[in-house]
Amino acid sequence: MAVPRFWREIPNRYNLVGARCGNCNKVLFPPRYICPYCRRMGKLEPYRLKRRGKVLTYTVVHAAANGFEDQAPYVLAIVELEDGPRLTAQVTDCNTDEIKIGDKVEIVFRRMGEEGQDGVIYYGFKARRV
Amino acid sequence: MRDVAVIGVGLTKFGELWDVSFRQLMAEAGARAIEDAGIDGKQIDAMYVGNMSSGQFIRQEHISSIVADHAGLVPIPSTRVEGACASGGLALRQAVIAVASGIHDIVVAGGIEKMTDVLTGQATGALATAADQEWEVFVGATFPGLYALMARRHMYEFGTTEEQMAMVAVKNHHNACFNTCAQYKTEITVEDVLKSPPVTSPIKLLDCSPITDGAACVILAPAEKARKFTDTPIMVAGTGQASDTISLHGRSSFTSLRATIEAARTAYKRAGVKPDDIDLVEVHDCFTIAEIMAIEDLGFCRKGEGGKVTEQGETAIGGRIPVNTSGGLKGKGHPVGATGIAQAVEIVQQLRGEAGKRQSDGAEVGLTHNVGGSGGTAVVHVLRRGD
Repeated sequence: MAVPRFWREIPNRYNLVGARCGNCNKVLFPPRYICPYCRRMGKLEPYRLKRRGKVLTYTVVHAAANGFEDQAPYVLAIVELEDGPRLTAQVTDCNTDEIKIGDKVEIVFRRMGEEGQDGVIYYGFKARRV
Repeated sequence: MRDVAVIGVGLTKFGELWDVSFRQLMAEAGARAIEDAGIDGKQIDAMYVGNMSSGQFIRQEHISSIVADHAGLVPIPSTRVEGACASGGLALRQAVIAVASGIHDIVVAGGIEKMTDVLTGQATGALATAADQEWEVFVGATFPGLYALMARRHMYEFGTTEEQMAMVAVKNHHNACFNTCAQYKTEITVEDVLKSPPVTSPIKLLDCSPITDGAACVILAPAEKARKFTDTPIMVAGTGQASDTISLHGRSSFTSLRATIEAARTAYKRAGVKPDDIDLVEVHDCFTIAEIMAIEDLGFCRKGEGGKVTEQGETAIGGRIPVNTSGGLKGKGHPVGATGIAQAVEIVQQLRGEAGKRQSDGAEVGLTHNVGGSGGTAVVHVLRRGD
């Protein structure tokens, strides 16, 4: 991945900065540039999301995505955050047979991958059961 | 708008075709369709080609030109259409629109993917680009993983079982045994599926459609001219297409594809039919859970009962609503850009009564359902016998 492509997403990936629409008050994450509910009437402002949520569905990935081979098997889940938005995240710090739908989680800062030995290290978020 | 008919179809063998190139595949499917239609290449006015990712699979873009060139059809207009695994279905729809509008008369809709010129990891990486790179793939999502998230939620909400999903694969492999073009002409059992290696729970290897080379082609004409070319024109009675969020997590439901529901609603309305009027369907079973969700979303059973009706044999050949008589993506193979066209080829052959041992008796109205990504695109066509 080109460095700028990762770098420009840093606020969103490190600090869960999404957007809130000043017109309909909906919170959006990942960030958007047009409110899908209000479209041109929308007034999007940056909004830092609360890091608590719950698991809506999950899978244990055995055949890993490229770059994630050393982490397999890992748990991947869709988490609904308290502010409303949903995101896809790995569930970290748990055994693969522990996870279930409805588990409460918090979003934590984690190393995600790296661009070879000399390239950038990607950081981002994973979920952890609470 | 003019009514549109299919006057010719062509399909290559589907499989790991190491001795056949991209160019050769498309030329083969095209030549078969032209021969089937009984037309001369000079009569063709335009072509639309569905292809997901030649850039990643064979490092070649601009395949619209290659296809026209190697079909010997330059200088007709040739256009590539892309919507991930729905590319073929979208190409068919664009060709239908071109004929219906009156801009062109005889139009070719092709679909092709040459997937085995790269290693498996590169192929699955290419397929994952149908998902959201920034917010799904970046965190470790795989393409099967997204369908596994749907499957897990479907099991949770409706009690769907891994055995019921396995039965989709068993049925589709069985149907593929009667299809000379199919990649897998081998019977499997529920136990084979359940014991196959885990890919991403609850999806196992035999719940997944394979990596496949293949091409397919249909030839369209205005309905009023179709009888000049064939005694058995098949009418394109309805076409519908819809979009949804690129990310699965962006949707209100994970157990239903809104794009499928919307595309089907449009196609049914245009065709003036209801789900009860459909005699057989080809649905997008990229994973077994996808077939279960598709038959629900298309209205062939109530939401949540897709697993149960599969278990009861209602989707088998001879059942209430035969699903994927061709073997589907699972048994016939899934050359992603070709799939949407290959589905139409199967329905045309069935409606003509030319499907041999997998023939669904008395079929008059059929439907195709082609999905891109985890449901960001869906396209549905209703086909009907012309007599």
